[in-house]
Amino acid sequence: MRTLHPKLRAVSGLLVAAVLVLAGCGEDAEPTAAAPTTQASPTFPVTVTDGAGKQVTLSKRPTAIVSLAPTPTEMLFAIGAGSQVKAVDSLSNYPAEAPRTDLSGFEPNVEAIAGYRPDLVVLTDDIQDVVAGLAALDVPVLRLPAADTLDDTYRQLTALGTATGHPAEAEAVVTKMRADIQQIAGSVPKRGDKLSYYHELDQTLFTVTSDTFIGQIYGLVGLQNVADSAGKQGGAYPQLSAEFLVDANPDLIFLADTKCCGQSTETIAKRRGFAELAAVKDGRVVELDDDIASRWGPRVVDFLRVVAGAVTQVPEPVPTG
Amino acid sequence: MTVPTSATGGSGLLVPPVALPGLTRLRVGWVLAGVAGIVLALVAGVVIGPVRLDPLGVVKDLIGLDSGLSASDRTIIYELRLPRVVLAMLVGATLAICGAAYQGVFGNPLADPYLLGVAAGAGLGATIAIAVGGTGVSSTPMYVPIYAFVGALVSVALAYLVGTAGGRRGSATTMILAGVAVASFMTALQIFVQQRYQETIREVYSWVLGRLTTAGWGEVLVLLPYTVLTVVVLVANRWVLDVLVLGDDEAAALGLNPRRTRLIIVVVASLGTAAAVSVSGLIGFVGVIIPHTVRLLAGAGHRVVLPLSLLFGATFLVFADLLARTLLAPAELPIGVITAFFGAPFFALVLHLSRRSLS
Repeated sequence: MRTLHPKLRAVSGLLVAAVLVLAGCGEDAEPTAAAPTTQASPTFPVTVTDGAGKQVTLSKRPTAIVSLAPTPTEMLFAIGAGSQVKAVDSLSNYPAEAPRTDLSGFEPNVEAIAGYRPDLVVLTDDIQDVVAGLAALDVPVLRLPAADTLDDTYRQLTALGTATGHPAEAEAVVTKMRADIQQIAGSVPKRGDKLSYYHELDQTLFTVTSDTFIGQIYGLVGLQNVADSAGKQGGAYPQLSAEFLVDANPDLIFLADTKCCGQSTETIAKRRGFAELAAVKDGRVVELDDDIASRWGPRVVDFLRVVAGAVTQVPEPVPTG
Repeated sequence: MTVPTSATGGSGLLVPPVALPGLTRLRVGWVLAGVAGIVLALVAGVVIGPVRLDPLGVVKDLIGLDSGLSASDRTIIYELRLPRVVLAMLVGATLAICGAAYQGVFGNPLADPYLLGVAAGAGLGATIAIAVGGTGVSSTPMYVPIYAFVGALVSVALAYLVGTAGGRRGSATTMILAGVAVASFMTALQIFVQQRYQETIREVYSWVLGRLTTAGWGEVLVLLPYTVLTVVVLVANRWVLDVLVLGDDEAAALGLNPRRTRLIIVVVASLGTAAAVSVSGLIGFVGVIIPHTVRLLAGAGHRVVLPLSLLFGATFLVFADLLARTLLAPAELPIGVITAFFGAPFFALVLHLSRRSLS
């Protein structure tokens, strides 16, 4: 045990970090009091409220932004601030032109970050007091924790737009996201029955409930989560028993562990007891891109499109009697 | 477990609840209690689960009678529950008997099967497998367990080499210190590799905590030969272990080569532990509380402790796993949480009760 305990602690600490990134810490992000800028060229200084509810003031337009997490990186590039980004962390693999470095958002090193002489650091979680460390160096830090709702995503985009001098583009991205999401959700044909789904985070059957950001996206197209009964006690990200899943027999299975863990329609079918699942037999296992399915940035729209497409393909049951 | 008292009570055998001074004989009552415990665990483990099945039907089906269970019910029983129960038995039995052997051979009551760095080494092996192997590695059958197994054995070998370096005789204390050093070293390496490959954290984590959840017959078949080997060698050496407890000089005077004997026992126990860890991840506490509980209840000699640890270890882990998958059903709890949460207070209770009856 003397070897087990520190190990478990270390590993679970890392998991907590991972889950935080994935789940957000449930802080209520106040609607961003973004300085309403109607002029064509935004003026600085500006003050924005970040996702953690903190007021951050930028004296001038940032030109050396460091992003320590994939979602903020995607957001920055989506709102046209990509050219101002100087360095992104090792996991920020999208878009391809993002200047990836070996910086880590899990184990942030203030000195390494400061080495890029940033005039704005964007991150999701204040791990190892990195925010205080950067504040001591007078580097403004914008914290954008994992979104709990789509509105959080919109607020974060707006805040980033204000902070980087791209308020109009950020607003345009938000407007387009809203319109796309509404259009996609509306395009799914109404059905008499409610389809159920299982969203797999890894092959040991960790999943999400409807209470999560990702669960809400599924809810937009009327899907019902098989894990919701586990959510009451197992938390928002429970690990399911295999037999429960086999018994629940979801109509659709979404694999968000294709990249991390190499799961696929084939590997699912080989699992004990899974071959008989309706979703496996009828070819309704959907292989997702892990990254898109775990980030709360603009590509949520792509994720919703995949989900909606899968739902649309399920034939309506033949009415009996 | 509380099984033994009721079982022996029922059969009318009077077994003193405390360890008698000196070396006790293995009583038939305790063996029967252990076997009864295993049977009870097997039935409970297969009958109870997140999915409600007709208990009578399950039992009928298990003994080959017409049960009226559906095909999917039978899939749940034979493909999901039974292998998990059997694997829990093998892992529990292996960890408990190896723990008992380690405590005997090192003369240290706190020795557990992970003492010589087996857990840290296995963790390093698994992390390397997942990090270097890249995506899809953990769905390749037995890929990660093989690395974990090798890592565990390398750890033990290192600990042994360090412990016996410089011509020292490899006394129990040096071995333990060497084990601690090697374990820390391996853990450091593991965390380093993990940091270099951060995208694998989730997979490493689920290996560390969650192996019984996806247990299948494949894991059972892999572990079985090692469990058999470990059990046979250790039980055959139960007398030798009793002699070793007296001290190296006394053992030598009685015609034993303490160093060689210790080496054999350590190698076999490490092999068994490594195999168990590689298929099940890290499950703490079993290797310490089971042997000690047996010592306190049934007597201290290895003739008693080794066979009974095997039986009660198997029973304990099946029940622990049963709690792990039913307490928050249909969500799962890590089994290591259960073994520590219920094991530690139960152990304290046994300690308390036996002290009181002794005084």
